[in-house]
Amino acid sequence: MNPQGRRVAVTGLGVVAPCGIGRDDYWRGLLGPGITAGKATEVADWDPSPWYSSPKEARRADRVEQFAIAAATEAFTQAGDPNGGLGVDPARFGTIFATGVGGLHTLEEQVEVRMTKGERRVSPFLVPMMMANAAGAAISMRWGLQGPNETIATACAAGTHAIGNAARLIAWGRCDAVATGGAESSATVTALAGFANMTALTSTGISRPFDVDRDGFVMGEGSAVLILEEWEHASTRGARILGEIVGAASNADAHHITAPSPGGVGAAACMRLALEDAGMTPADIAQVNAHGTSTPLNDAAEAEAARDVFGDDGPPVTSIKGVTGHPLGAAGALEAAAVLLSFEHRLIPPTANTKVVGLGIDVVTGDAREWEPGPTMSNNFGFGGHNGTVIISPPR
Amino acid sequence: MEEPIVDQELFGRFKKCAVEVLSVSEDQVVPEARFGDDLDADSLDLVELVMALEEEFDISVPEQELEGISTVGEAYELVAGKV
Repeated sequence: MNPQGRRVAVTGLGVVAPCGIGRDDYWRGLLGPGITAGKATEVADWDPSPWYSSPKEARRADRVEQFAIAAATEAFTQAGDPNGGLGVDPARFGTIFATGVGGLHTLEEQVEVRMTKGERRVSPFLVPMMMANAAGAAISMRWGLQGPNETIATACAAGTHAIGNAARLIAWGRCDAVATGGAESSATVTALAGFANMTALTSTGISRPFDVDRDGFVMGEGSAVLILEEWEHASTRGARILGEIVGAASNADAHHITAPSPGGVGAAACMRLALEDAGMTPADIAQVNAHGTSTPLNDAAEAEAARDVFGDDGPPVTSIKGVTGHPLGAAGALEAAAVLLSFEHRLIPPTANTKVVGLGIDVVTGDAREWEPGPTMSNNFGFGGHNGTVIISPPR
Repeated sequence: MEEPIVDQELFGRFKKCAVEVLSVSEDQVVPEARFGDDLDADSLDLVELVMALEEEFDISVPEQELEGISTVGEAYELVAGKV
């Protein structure tokens, strides 16, 4: 990452998603059928107890924080130390996490408690459970990470922004390792009504990114946690390196609170900034993991931006949101997880449900596509005009 | 000296609340048990426990009355005095 920073390895990965809990089940889920019925896809029969020492401790954490703790546990275990040390000075081990909303389920439940039982019955745990930074704070406390601990809340771009900022802390020398990623669980009745009334949600219940018949997203939830580590530190201790964060960028449309800028010019500028950060040209990119929400506006603008950056003969593009739905602030983290797994399995997961595209980009549909893993661009765009891009390379 | 617990029915209801809110076993909820040291309960846990007791016994426990309460027995006596 520029300017001539230290190299950033990914050494840990953990996932909680409706299509699978744990990296392996998640990957199988990404290759499976897409969502064809519903406004939201949720982690079925979620039981937080394996990740908490008592029911009291679990009850004090909103579902969004429980997802983050479960994903972080897997990520630290994969990185080689369930207790999280990794031989890094705790003061130089950061936590840069993402969410779109935070503990919305808790807030909505407690609003109802106040309405029905009065102010004196509102839980003393409402505030620490609903606050957006709760998940990152919980990770920091559970694993004793005493470096910078910040939460990014740039709506649906938050996960990608978190990974980019986390990588920079290592590249620029402030940290030697950072736990990063994002979590979301905000498909409450009220939130779904809000998204539906603004016509962002699908009315057919089908998530089909870039398809000519797309009509909105299906709301998702879940978490992915990545452990980033300074490359030399990771290789010296013999860690298994899953990938390398080679570039990242962030910019703003400064155009409209929900609609992308016409022609996706903000998104295209962000992709170019990330390429510059990585010292790469568009021809170096072997896969684009798209934001691809399945909304008419996003997917059209994103396709136009990709054509602008990559030309008519660009790299294969996929969106996992046909399977995952749109998990808002966790989207970028779950997509980075998909990219890392696509390196490992040498397959690009298909854009589920999508049949006819017609946007002038090479969208991977039908079966997963075999590929020679190469630098992959992952994009996310958020309400508010936030754009985020990271470029992840296979380990070498 | 803890006051002897006379009303087992009342203490049973008190104990049920403590077990649920504090995630402790019934055996731990004895009069001499200290909330902090023995039941791993912090100040927010106690707020939640008081809420549960207020609901269970249909009483009101103002915050200032909780000052100085550190054991199960003391809390029980406070509640029992209001029922």
